[in-house]
Amino acid sequence: MSTSVKTSSPATGKQKRAAQPYSERAKGERRLGWLLAGPAFVVMLAVTAYPIVQAAYDSLFNYRLTAPSEREFIGLGNYGVILTDFVWWRDLGVTLLITVVTVVVELILGFALALVMHKALKSVRGLLRTAILVPYGIITVVSAFAWFYAFDINSGYINNWFNWVPGIDPDLNWFAGTWSSLFVIMASEIWKTTPFISLLLLAGLAQVPDELTEAAEVDGATWWERMSRVILPNMKAAIMVAVLFRALDAFRIFDNVFIMTNGAFGTEVLSLLAYRTSISRLEIGMGSAVSVLLFICVLLICFIAIKLFKVDLAGARGSK
Amino acid sequence: MKNSSTKEKVTWAVISVLVLLYALFPVASILATSFKQPSDLTTGKFLPTEWSTVNYEQILVGEAQGLFLSSLRNSIGIALIATFIAVVLATLCAYAIARLDFPGKKMILTTALAVSIFPVISIVTPLFNLWRTIGLYDTWPGLIIPYLSLTLPISIWTLAAFFRQIPWELEQAAQVDGATTWQAFRKAIVPLAAPGVFTTAIIAFFIAWNDFVYGISLTSTEAARPVPAALAFFTGASQFEEPTGAISAAAIIVTIPIVLLVLLFQRQIVSGLTQGAVKG
Repeated sequence: MSTSVKTSSPATGKQKRAAQPYSERAKGERRLGWLLAGPAFVVMLAVTAYPIVQAAYDSLFNYRLTAPSEREFIGLGNYGVILTDFVWWRDLGVTLLITVVTVVVELILGFALALVMHKALKSVRGLLRTAILVPYGIITVVSAFAWFYAFDINSGYINNWFNWVPGIDPDLNWFAGTWSSLFVIMASEIWKTTPFISLLLLAGLAQVPDELTEAAEVDGATWWERMSRVILPNMKAAIMVAVLFRALDAFRIFDNVFIMTNGAFGTEVLSLLAYRTSISRLEIGMGSAVSVLLFICVLLICFIAIKLFKVDLAGARGSK
Repeated sequence: MKNSSTKEKVTWAVISVLVLLYALFPVASILATSFKQPSDLTTGKFLPTEWSTVNYEQILVGEAQGLFLSSLRNSIGIALIATFIAVVLATLCAYAIARLDFPGKKMILTTALAVSIFPVISIVTPLFNLWRTIGLYDTWPGLIIPYLSLTLPISIWTLAAFFRQIPWELEQAAQVDGATTWQAFRKAIVPLAAPGVFTTAIIAFFIAWNDFVYGISLTSTEAARPVPAALAFFTGASQFEEPTGAISAAAIIVTIPIVLLVLLFQRQIVSGLTQGAVKG
């Protein structure tokens, strides 16, 4: 599909414009283009580029908001402290674990949902699509509270539901252990975002030409062969976009952890570490260093994804 | 093939029920909790033994009223203004990208992409410091400005995708038929572009409404604290009372309108989300 149509063409009879030398018209279009797109571009740079540069600068100082007069340049000292502290590595591990588990589960569950919706009879298709949009409309904090109250030792009913299962302790306090806490945190995250993945994959499924699948079926290919040889390869772009964007989202997880455990019992994630260091403890220098490191991690994930899967990030999103 | 067999119907009924259960479980859960009396909260039952509206009274007319209603006002105002600014800027930008030929188009789209993958928490630390210095901390503009980092990129991508599908030749056809440039644009293009702009506004509003990190980091009082942040700091009417019921009631009040909006405009939202993401 052509991305642009020239504003004027000789056929419209707009002689004055058509008579202008081409270069001047192109110049006018260039100016108008930047005039219209410029404000958005400037705002985007201002709200992100400025803060990250400021954070990089602040991270070089021993700087506490509680004692601004003691501000002192210490170079990369903050980074040295963070990277030799086990808390950083533990939080990185927890964050990566949450990222990998949620993305894998969401992908499998989301693909199953997408297949169901793709094949669904007309009568139920609308209902299913409507239903799975409900999690999208719920704010993450509310979903976090819903899951927290369901599993909470005081107000929860989940333990009662499963107390007939042998080996399940009816008095189990889910939020008193790392693994059980992480389980509920991840369940909430997965519940909230799987529908979005399934919609992306459904759009990807719709782009697989029917003739290909039918031809494979006629040739006697099994369900699994059709899936792995025809459907999945044709959906590569949609899958890559879903995986990459969800992975980056999951890596920045905050709301669910903050509400459910606030990082207790070894469930602290990197975002929470950054928040606690700068906003709660007011250690701006150290907090900025954590923020910059988190930013570098996100860049690394993008870089690895682009190299590993050879996706053209802008291209995958920008073209069919 | 046309007439679906009974077996097929049953299979789809079962699948539909499973999907409905999946989608609605947490909503039902928090809805049930919101109708429980304080004494009922620890029974370990899903449904309240006696339905009560005491939690709703507490946050709408009772002791917690100030806390909840001010945050609701903040959320609506801040999210609406942030959405409006983002959609206006994004519409101009996406129009230029879809319609005009100028160098730097790809750079603008790449920048939007880069901004959307930026970790919010990396932006919040320097803003926290700066806002305190220049007096934007705990104010509406102090949240509206950072919300643009959330709403602008997705608005630009979604709108650019919509605008690319508009047959711009229509405008020229209208001009041939004697319409002025402005008339042609207004009559031929605006009706085609409006649904995309509207869908984008809904998506941007959701994103602003959902924010938590900026909300808890850049506010400290009822002056600007939005609902999600207020819920996290809700301590109940008294120090000793568990705020579970009140939080659940507040959660339902902020959820129902949004869910209705989603259901009402599901078709547009789905196409907006998937086009912006997959096709661009």
